Amino acid sequence: MILNRDLVIIGAGPSGLCAAKMAAEAGQKVLLIDRNPQLGGQLIKQTHMFFGSEKQYAKTRGFDIAKKLIDDVKKYPDLVEIWDNSTVVGLYSDKVLTVLTGETYRKVQAKAIIVATGASEKVLAFENNDLPGIYGAGAVQTLMNVYGVKPGEKIVMVGSGNIGLIVSYQLMQAGVKVLAVIEAAKVIGGYKVHASKLRRLGVDIITSCTIKKAIGKDKVEKIVTVRLNEKWEEIPGTEKEYEVDAVCIAVGLSPLTNLLAMIGCELKYVGELGGLVPVLSKDYETTIEGVYACGDASGIEEASSAMVEGYITGLAAAKKLGKVHPQYDELMVDLRKQLDILRSGPFGEKIRKGLAKLEGVKEVC
Amino acid sequence: MMRIKEHPILDFSKERKIIRFTFNGQEVYGYEGDTIASALSALGVKEFSVSIKHKRPRGFYCAIGNCSSCHMIVDGVPNVKTCITLLKEGMKVETQTNKGELYDLK
Amino acid sequence: MLNQYGYPSPEQVKSKFPSLEILVKPKAIVECYEKIPCNPCSTSCPFKAITIGEDINNTPVVDFDKCTGCGICVYSCPGLAITVCEVLEDKVRFKIPYEFLPIPKQGELWHAVNRKGEVIGEAYIEKVTLTPRQDKTQLVQVLVDKELLYEFVTIRSQDYE
Repeated sequence: MILNRDLVIIGAGPSGLCAAKMAAEAGQKVLLIDRNPQLGGQLIKQTHMFFGSEKQYAKTRGFDIAKKLIDDVKKYPDLVEIWDNSTVVGLYSDKVLTVLTGETYRKVQAKAIIVATGASEKVLAFENNDLPGIYGAGAVQTLMNVYGVKPGEKIVMVGSGNIGLIVSYQLMQAGVKVLAVIEAAKVIGGYKVHASKLRRLGVDIITSCTIKKAIGKDKVEKIVTVRLNEKWEEIPGTEKEYEVDAVCIAVGLSPLTNLLAMIGCELKYVGELGGLVPVLSKDYETTIEGVYACGDASGIEEASSAMVEGYITGLAAAKKLGKVHPQYDELMVDLRKQLDILRSGPFGEKIRKGLAKLEGVKEVC
Repeated sequence: MMRIKEHPILDFSKERKIIRFTFNGQEVYGYEGDTIASALSALGVKEFSVSIKHKRPRGFYCAIGNCSSCHMIVDGVPNVKTCITLLKEGMKVETQTNKGELYDLK
Repeated sequence: MLNQYGYPSPEQVKSKFPSLEILVKPKAIVECYEKIPCNPCSTSCPFKAITIGEDINNTPVVDFDKCTGCGICVYSCPGLAITVCEVLEDKVRFKIPYEFLPIPKQGELWHAVNRKGEVIGEAYIEKVTLTPRQDKTQLVQVLVDKELLYEFVTIRSQDYE
């Protein structure tokens, strides 16, 4: 049996929730699918106040933003159907999805699809990097902020982007000792206000430094770090040992584009956006008509941008299906302006470069 | 004990129902709302499986259902993503040491 | 320095302070050195004393004539980069954001800590407020020695090893 649905949104994180809200506001019926028991994606583990402006819920803590966005979509019970604990395991070119909920397997025929699957944490190559106790920084955030469990007592954070800095601060709040934050680049990657928050707690931030190896039998017990020179080569004699019971790896995210690859839309490798990303129109439509992608799945950015992209995509997908939001034009202008502003500072440079590369591809094809 | 009791931002003080389960035959417990992975982590368990070829110990890596590093055998079913599977009373959780074998649906 | 170690240079710090004559009244010291897309300090100020403008990547500018030192921006800043400072006869009074346990109590003596995380003296806890509006960020009012004016940034429990 095949179930017919109009608009299917895969992923109920910041982008998927915002897309669902806007589509519903336009009067469009939506099926929202998420594989987790809780909706909200990675917002539910963000205990810090968000940056951006009021329009992206600045100064509200991430988990409270999740609550607001979930409330928003639940205001439309007749329009938004939610399948949680459900994993989309297949996405086919005739817009058929296969969904697994526990042992139940369902097939859905959609008219339009928004892929808002988010991202996965990158790994780093070093000796014994597979030892238990070596975690993605986001994993540690989930464990302590969602489930209230500490990952260890003494930790070294590898990577000083915003995730590395924020999670280090949150580890300290949970009572875990962060022995150091190490960063292979010459300068700190994330916002300096995050770095300063950490530094004043007495946490060392060591730049030009990387992890050489982990040591331990069944779990990580020690790590060895090493300093790097201008050419990113290890400097012999600068090795330093730390006794730890956990290590966090915060070296970036990759867009989760598996489903987009499966349905066959065009993907392009753009390092600045985190890896393989879909080629998109201005309305976030992929090279397959009626299939959209937004949020981290379409390129790694801050959650504030993911929300705005979700709104735009929800509006566009609903319009495609004949439901035009009464304020469509004004909203689109305002949302695109919000994105431009979020990306216009020095921290947006990488995104701007990445998007320009992707734009180039579109002109060619 | 790895449970956070007090936190400046989050409230973990609420009494939660105890959920009993077995880990490799041993009777242990977690709390309502735990995933299998969070309950095991709270007990100090870090090794969830071993790698298929070299049998190296593996724990979870991503905790959000992406990486497959947390696969375990749960109630006889292999390759269960323990990081996104909620703990249930009486669950039988076992370390997975192979690719997983075919099983019958209950 | 800031880019490499996470703490600003003494010159950078001083550039954010108004003159001592102005500091006889409490004023916001906004230590936001970098262009990031963020503006709650500006939108939360009831006296319109902090300006960022339409491009939220601009760094904030404080109008010390308008600033009353109320402290709303202190707990509204997502980067916890704002303190309120007031110079008294031989002490300096600060209002700082604090997001750790234990919560300091009025009358206690805590370590005074600098931007590198080093203990530099003592801080006397005058007042601690935590209203629902502050959303879990405590506002702690402390007194420290006057020499610590450009050094002090936060407190640490004396029990913390």
